[in-house]
Amino acid sequence: MITIADLGILRAVEVNEDGAAVVTITPTYSGCPALAAIRADLERSLRDVGFPSVVVRTRLSPPWTTDDISVAGRRALADAGIAPPEDSPGSGRRAVIPLGIRCPACGSIDTQELSRFGSTACTSLWRCRHCREPFSHVKPF
Amino acid sequence: MIEAEQSPAAFAASEHAGYVLALADDPLVLAQRCGEWIAAAPEIEEDIALANLGLDLLGQARLLLSHAAELEEQGRDEDDLAFFRDPAEFRNVLLCELPNGNFAVTMARMLLFSSYQLALYDRLRSSTDTALAGIAARAAKEVSYHRDHATQWVLRLGDGTRASSIRMQAAVEAVWPFLAELFEDGWLPDALVEAGIAVRPSDLEPGVRRYLSDVLTEATLAAPTLPAQRSQGSNTRASDAGGRHGLHTEHLAALLAELQSVARAHPGVRW
Repeated sequence: MITIADLGILRAVEVNEDGAAVVTITPTYSGCPALAAIRADLERSLRDVGFPSVVVRTRLSPPWTTDDISVAGRRALADAGIAPPEDSPGSGRRAVIPLGIRCPACGSIDTQELSRFGSTACTSLWRCRHCREPFSHVKPF
Repeated sequence: MIEAEQSPAAFAASEHAGYVLALADDPLVLAQRCGEWIAAAPEIEEDIALANLGLDLLGQARLLLSHAAELEEQGRDEDDLAFFRDPAEFRNVLLCELPNGNFAVTMARMLLFSSYQLALYDRLRSSTDTALAGIAARAAKEVSYHRDHATQWVLRLGDGTRASSIRMQAAVEAVWPFLAELFEDGWLPDALVEAGIAVRPSDLEPGVRRYLSDVLTEATLAAPTLPAQRSQGSNTRASDAGGRHGLHTEHLAALLAELQSVARAHPGVRW
């Protein structure tokens, strides 16, 4: 279970004077197809808890970065078999010697990138040379 | 923003919208070309990679089209602009509409275009059009992956086997004549540059050519010399040819026919 807050997609939640829930989210990649699903889920869940109207806004600035993913979010990704991102190039915290990507299945760092592009825009495809499992890795962005 | 604008450089809202529209049409058209590779690339990882590149480009195009639609205030939206304009109303550069050719040609085109687009978006981060700056800041990160991907392939094929090197060289030569158009200024009103909204395309040229030259050298490919630096003169003269002026190759109409067919067959249809 991972929340949009943990992913850094949720920017603000307010209730305006008309009693409407106003939620501000930011897309990860410009073309992320999940955004429409996230928007629909937000509208449905907020109506379900009693808000008569729901406004979902998207805000582009500042741009989303994988550094916005919380510690809990990183743990949830790894638990789901998706290797969390290392620090993004813009974070200023990049390790001088890049460490390997840790296999979310067995924990080995003897892993190999198969493809820079994976099943979604934000992931790349890897495999573990130790346990042989393929896995997705959230690209630092 | 509007009140603060004291600059003598006056421009019409339609010119501002036209600039954003040109920036939108490039990724829209190239996204369609990327999609044509799905299930046809040399390996499955490339099917996925080109689909991802296309998805990023389509996302950028949608944001830019929506912004252009707001600026022009004609009551149109992103779908109207994407699906209900005819080829002569498109402002994309010719490089984006060229057929995919073989895989080497596709990667050569991607190298040229992503190098240009990365330089463009990097500069647009500080555009006085804050919506445009926001789109550019996000898109620059995506495009840096595109450029890296194209670079890796050009290096691998150029500095690969004799057969791959010959084909990569031919591919670079096939797309190179379309590079100069990316840096032409003639179509862009000076006032937009002076207002800090737009980036003058010719300002991007030295950096992009330097990057391309470095990649070609490392890939042991020869820099094409064919089109004798057309850009030399184009910076000062207003060129009236090319995609930015709505003059396209025969390939765009066919591409748009496919892109627009569902929307035109069922106007107003929603998923």
